[in-house]
Amino acid sequence: MTQALHPTGHPRPLEFTRAILDWLPWLEPPGADALTPRQRESLVDPGRAGSAYFRLLALDPDVLEARTRTDRDIFYNTDAGLPRAERELAATAASRLNGCIYCASVHARFAASHSRRDADVQRLLNEGVDADLGERWNAVVSAAVALSRTPVAFDASHVERLRHAGLDELEIVDLIQGAAFFGWANRLMLSLGEPTG
Amino acid sequence: MDAINALAGIAVGSALDHARARRPTAKDQAQASYDALFHPADPGGVTMHERFAVALFVAGLHGDVVAMRFYGDGLTRSGAPSALAAATGMAADTAAGQGPYGSFPAGLLSREDAPGPAYRVPATERAVTGPRLAAAFEHAHMLVLHPRDAAPEHLQALLDAGWSTPDIVTLSQLVAFLTFQIRVAAGLRTLALVGAHA
Repeated sequence: MTQALHPTGHPRPLEFTRAILDWLPWLEPPGADALTPRQRESLVDPGRAGSAYFRLLALDPDVLEARTRTDRDIFYNTDAGLPRAERELAATAASRLNGCIYCASVHARFAASHSRRDADVQRLLNEGVDADLGERWNAVVSAAVALSRTPVAFDASHVERLRHAGLDELEIVDLIQGAAFFGWANRLMLSLGEPTG
Repeated sequence: MDAINALAGIAVGSALDHARARRPTAKDQAQASYDALFHPADPGGVTMHERFAVALFVAGLHGDVVAMRFYGDGLTRSGAPSALAAATGMAADTAAGQGPYGSFPAGLLSREDAPGPAYRVPATERAVTGPRLAAAFEHAHMLVLHPRDAAPEHLQALLDAGWSTPDIVTLSQLVAFLTFQIRVAAGLRTLALVGAHA
């Protein structure tokens, strides 16, 4: 009978941070040498064979590959739309609300580097999703939080606030997709292993 | 048929259809994710009944009637007995709540802990679903509503109920994907209702 892994003796992050963390799986992933050609292809980025997280997800390669390509277009397609910094802000806000310390660390670093607003990003991590970051960022965070709640709490008032803050239709679509994607990402990271560092 | 367009009620040629087309890979690959989970070339260890029943349960946890109808139809088309759809709907009704809640690692963040219930499938519904699918519903409830409570014991419960490691990866992706798909569709529905500015 397969046993879940219980990592012990490693440093556990106890607060939200922009430090670089690692992640330890609760199920044994295939070794990098044991990946089938299709599993290896599903990583999209060959360097991900070094990641226990992606090797574990490669056990369902069709889903992993489609998920990775969805992620990249939502966050990295800069043909107009929401600035990269604010897509990462939405990802950080969703991760802060859901409680994914690992995801929040990665995307807070991205949000800070793209916006150069390190102090505001750190305030979101420290104080939580009610931190005052100025109206445009507050509108983005509030919308990402409403989208992250169950049942979904995003309503017309969020759309009006975003438009008032200057976001156009495509920017709001980018925000919706970016926040929603972290519903997906947070749940995998939180439930298949744990952060360390 | 594009599943998110169907769930969001987006018509071909509408403003939102054009906005989604500006992120063509996200649109195509969200659909490819849906197809891989709900129309897989080889379902492997996770049956089509299990996939659609968990999806109906997750839609119910979100209180999203459009998604409930969509995945309820999928469950029926998968050939599942009507008793399974009924039991799944009943289970979701009693399982629903407000999320996310749960506890942080003990320490500075403990002041933000928001404890809440873990879900157990009642005996009446368990008699219909069987123990393996009941374990999947219990895991899906944690994932949807209180994911920061996740622990290795939750995966052990699935393993003990007959879910293999690859099955658990597929189940986790299925539930997590649905939290994405349901949010995108709900967000776009709201955006369409508010109407585009000139």
